[in-house]
Amino acid sequence: MNIHEYQAKNLMRKFGMKLLHGDIAKTPEAAVKVAKGLGGKVWVVKAQIHAGGRGKAGGVKVAKSLDEVKKYAEDILGSTLVTHQTGPEGKKVNLVFIEEGCEIEHEYYAGIVFDRSTNKITFMASKEGGVDIEKVAEETPEKIIKVGVDPSVGFTPFIGRKLAYGIGIKEKDQVKEATKFFEGLYNVYTECDCTIAEINPLIKTKSGEIMALDAKLNFDDNALYRHPEIERLRDPAEESAKEMEAAAAGFSYIELDGNIGCLVNGAGLAMATTDIITFHGGMPANFLDVGGGATKETVQTAFAIILEDENVKAILVNIFGGIMKCDIIAEGIVGAAKEIGIKVPLVVRLEGTNVAIGRKILEESGLNIVTANELDDAAKKVVKEAVKGEE
Amino acid sequence: MTILVNRETKLITIGYTGKQGTYHSLQSRDYGTNFVGGVTPGKGGTMHEGYPVFNTTYEAVEKTGANAAMIFVPPPFAADAILECIDAEIPLIVCITEGIPIMDMIKVKAALDASNSKMIGPNCPGVITPGESKIGIMPGHIHMPGRIGVISRSGTLTYEAVYQLTEREIGQSTCVGIGGDPVSGMDFIDVLALFEADPDTDAVIMIGEIGGTAEPEAARWIQKNMSKPVVSFIAGASAPPGKRMGHAGAIISGGETTAEAKYKIMEECGIHISRSPAELGQIMEKVLKARK
Repeated sequence: MNIHEYQAKNLMRKFGMKLLHGDIAKTPEAAVKVAKGLGGKVWVVKAQIHAGGRGKAGGVKVAKSLDEVKKYAEDILGSTLVTHQTGPEGKKVNLVFIEEGCEIEHEYYAGIVFDRSTNKITFMASKEGGVDIEKVAEETPEKIIKVGVDPSVGFTPFIGRKLAYGIGIKEKDQVKEATKFFEGLYNVYTECDCTIAEINPLIKTKSGEIMALDAKLNFDDNALYRHPEIERLRDPAEESAKEMEAAAAGFSYIELDGNIGCLVNGAGLAMATTDIITFHGGMPANFLDVGGGATKETVQTAFAIILEDENVKAILVNIFGGIMKCDIIAEGIVGAAKEIGIKVPLVVRLEGTNVAIGRKILEESGLNIVTANELDDAAKKVVKEAVKGEE
Repeated sequence: MTILVNRETKLITIGYTGKQGTYHSLQSRDYGTNFVGGVTPGKGGTMHEGYPVFNTTYEAVEKTGANAAMIFVPPPFAADAILECIDAEIPLIVCITEGIPIMDMIKVKAALDASNSKMIGPNCPGVITPGESKIGIMPGHIHMPGRIGVISRSGTLTYEAVYQLTEREIGQSTCVGIGGDPVSGMDFIDVLALFEADPDTDAVIMIGEIGGTAEPEAARWIQKNMSKPVVSFIAGASAPPGKRMGHAGAIISGGETTAEAKYKIMEECGIHISRSPAELGQIMEKVLKARK
């Protein structure tokens, strides 16, 4: 799960981290009010969307008067930002964050992520911050230092010193402050069950303070049950309504651009199913992993969500039952056909646990189903049906 | 021989009396696994479906002589159940549970590394040596005893590969679903090393996914250490580039996380690539014929 920059900063502040002051606004007038309250002569107006690259897309502006705060807030609020992380459709801005300005001496990069190859929570830091850090990683990987944390020990100050000196912070008090920053970020990461914490840029101000200018936190969905206060930060406007409906029903759904609806069990098989449809020249309309614990009702909801997409011209059900039983899927298909109606061709491939019962339920239902015996056959048949549907 | 499980395996189930725990314990028993009992704290001393229930894993091991545990405990308590199995020195732990927080698994991984226990999973279908022993949720009937090892990050896709082999009457030595979570017990290389050393395995099917760097690392290991042929498919070639928030994930993994990048490295390392998930069996058949 993702949250906004201002929410991430509020969370970091609770962990004692030093940050600039600011507040959010939904209207230009409110933005001016926030700026007045903050005082000073320079403010930064920042679009709050769940994507990086906001600055380049015009979503971050430095205002040198209250009139400018109003103007920039007017420009940004309601606009749609397209960055390299939003997808081509972009994201609409509903909220701006007004932050006090500061004088920057240097911009660094700092991040924490779990490194699968070492099985360690790993810090990454670079002297080159505030820029396209992926480009730095690709072209000059030596400019990014990585420090893994021993899980049985946790954070110790030497890690902070190693990172601080590694990115060129040398002055004693600043090294201390940077170490405090890294420790704070580590505590946020581990205690809030983050999967990514990224500060780009981390800044040194002209007065020598070290602090986060931007903040991105991403959380482990599997751990949200123990963080209701973080779950409450979820912004429904940032998430797809269908994906949320699917999540509430206990399965995962991702909308794609094609015309073949897919209902599959298991993430790997679901990916392989969209792969093989593409392999045979078709275009999947979605990825859908109904999961191992699906009930008849879950399957019905899955059909309803697939059929909401008007582009869908044919549906492929590909089930290899293990923990999932084929008869439950079959009952779900029959139920969906009765209750919501399935007007597009349906290709069904069932295999695995209780396959005989499942096939019998489908046969006796009298539904018009194209059956397939194996994966290749199923993919070819559904691609053919989708082509017919487009004619 | 085969790897990890065989007729000598004595299985207990942690979270035995739950619905899934009961169902799959009995399914494993029906397949031929030597199932000897289960653990559910608070229900110790009772019998469930004809098998003894114990309060602790220690007691279960002591009374039954179990050398393998299958875990069906809900996610918030699963890490603790694994740690108890490690502490009870169970040689093989198979964790089926899906949805364990990463932070919990980081601790578990550290404990595992410091122990003599091996773990498969979490979030996996388990392990099966066809005709001998099954620990997990895979449908037993699609398997056939034979000489091909199967290893996969995905559950249902493992079944798909096995099905394609069995249809061609190519049997399997052992099939291992290592699970798709960021932190897991045994990885590709751990299992590949066992297959390479196993006199009853002739070749291996390895099924990977997009994301992470486990497949390129395994490919390089295969090139250096493996004499047996490996056939491979990577799921997710058609997945659109994810909408991401930060860069940190991409930086840590480098540029080796897409299906195309993984295929390229695997080909360079001499692995037989199946770009369609439906051709794994066919390609393995060809590879075996070419070796004869």
